Amino acid sequence: MTTTTVTGPKEQACDTLLAAGHTACTGCGEALAAKLVLGAAGRDIIVTDATGCLEVFTTRFPQSSWEVPFIHSLFENSAAVASGVEAALKALGRQNEAKVIAQGGDGGTADIGLQALSGMLERGHNVLYVCYDNEAYMNTGVQRSGLTPFDCMTTTSPYGEYSWGNKHNKKDMPGIAAAHGIPYVATASVAFPKDIENKVKKALTIPGPKYLQIHSPCPLGWRSNPHLTIKVAKLAIETGLYPVFEMENGKITKVRKVKTPKTPVEEYLKIQGRFAHLFKSPKGQEEIQKIQEIADRNIEKYGLA
Amino acid sequence: MRLDLGAIAKAGTSKANQTGGWRNYKPIFHQEKCIGCGLCKIYCPEGCVTMIEKKKYTVDYTYCKGCGICAEECPSGDIEMFVEEK
Repeated sequence: MTTTTVTGPKEQACDTLLAAGHTACTGCGEALAAKLVLGAAGRDIIVTDATGCLEVFTTRFPQSSWEVPFIHSLFENSAAVASGVEAALKALGRQNEAKVIAQGGDGGTADIGLQALSGMLERGHNVLYVCYDNEAYMNTGVQRSGLTPFDCMTTTSPYGEYSWGNKHNKKDMPGIAAAHGIPYVATASVAFPKDIENKVKKALTIPGPKYLQIHSPCPLGWRSNPHLTIKVAKLAIETGLYPVFEMENGKITKVRKVKTPKTPVEEYLKIQGRFAHLFKSPKGQEEIQKIQEIADRNIEKYGLA
Repeated sequence: MRLDLGAIAKAGTSKANQTGGWRNYKPIFHQEKCIGCGLCKIYCPEGCVTMIEKKKYTVDYTYCKGCGICAEECPSGDIEMFVEEK
């Protein structure tokens, strides 16, 4: 068996578990989220990943950015592979040696991988599932997914005379996960790294299946400035459009409150090109009002005020 | 290139990609007004900001893609972005 060896420069200043040199776009929120998750989880983990941006930019064969054991199989089966890894560790009696983390983008979680994820949650595998939510299929060229927000422009939900963009609401994925009766469901955002760290660490101490959804801005697909990645993520929370909460055994135990007076959704929408069409004609104001109503509903539903 | 069994790639080998070549804007860490909060290191998507000592951070230009998140988020304005001349 021959081994292909690629050696990097000898002196390395960077010491993250997601090695530098990955080919994520400039200002990528997902790369940042993955770095934070790995940093919080530590070295004793085995990660699986669905097809998507994260898999593509970290594993340009024969190179890999992962400093921990990593498996990619297909688009739809990240959760199923993680289930198998966990079952194998159990069968070998080595379940205390490594934690298992399954990862996927929003498409690989809410659309294509939903069946495998549901199976994993139902069977009760001791796995933390992390969904990096950048709100569309970014890797293949910004097509809408089940987690794309209302009125958002993507290449498969363009705006025009008869359309304001995506006409469906964002799928309540944490709610779907929680409906399986799993012990821990949470959402987080790259804007609050300490929060991600705490949630990953807490989730890994809980036995059974866990679900964590991290809002990760994508400058390319959201048509926002790369240096504004964190600002965009913060505004999503402050406006109430992305509720950040922790749910234990089906009950919401912790939420990140929005500031009062609340930030109007325009602040969040206007810095992203994917919502620029809403500001082009006076009729767009009605659509912005609908998005404001979504934010208000979130604030009421999760008690964010 | 030959594939080995299971198409296994060695850990951390992506460091061979010197993504610094992508950069249009270059962050300069003045190391004068730094308050040592470490946000630049935490928020860097490449993980290429490192701490030399307390209140002194630096960036590895081999990998920095010049996104400017560090400069935007620096609370003391110690990091500045300049157009890179090549």
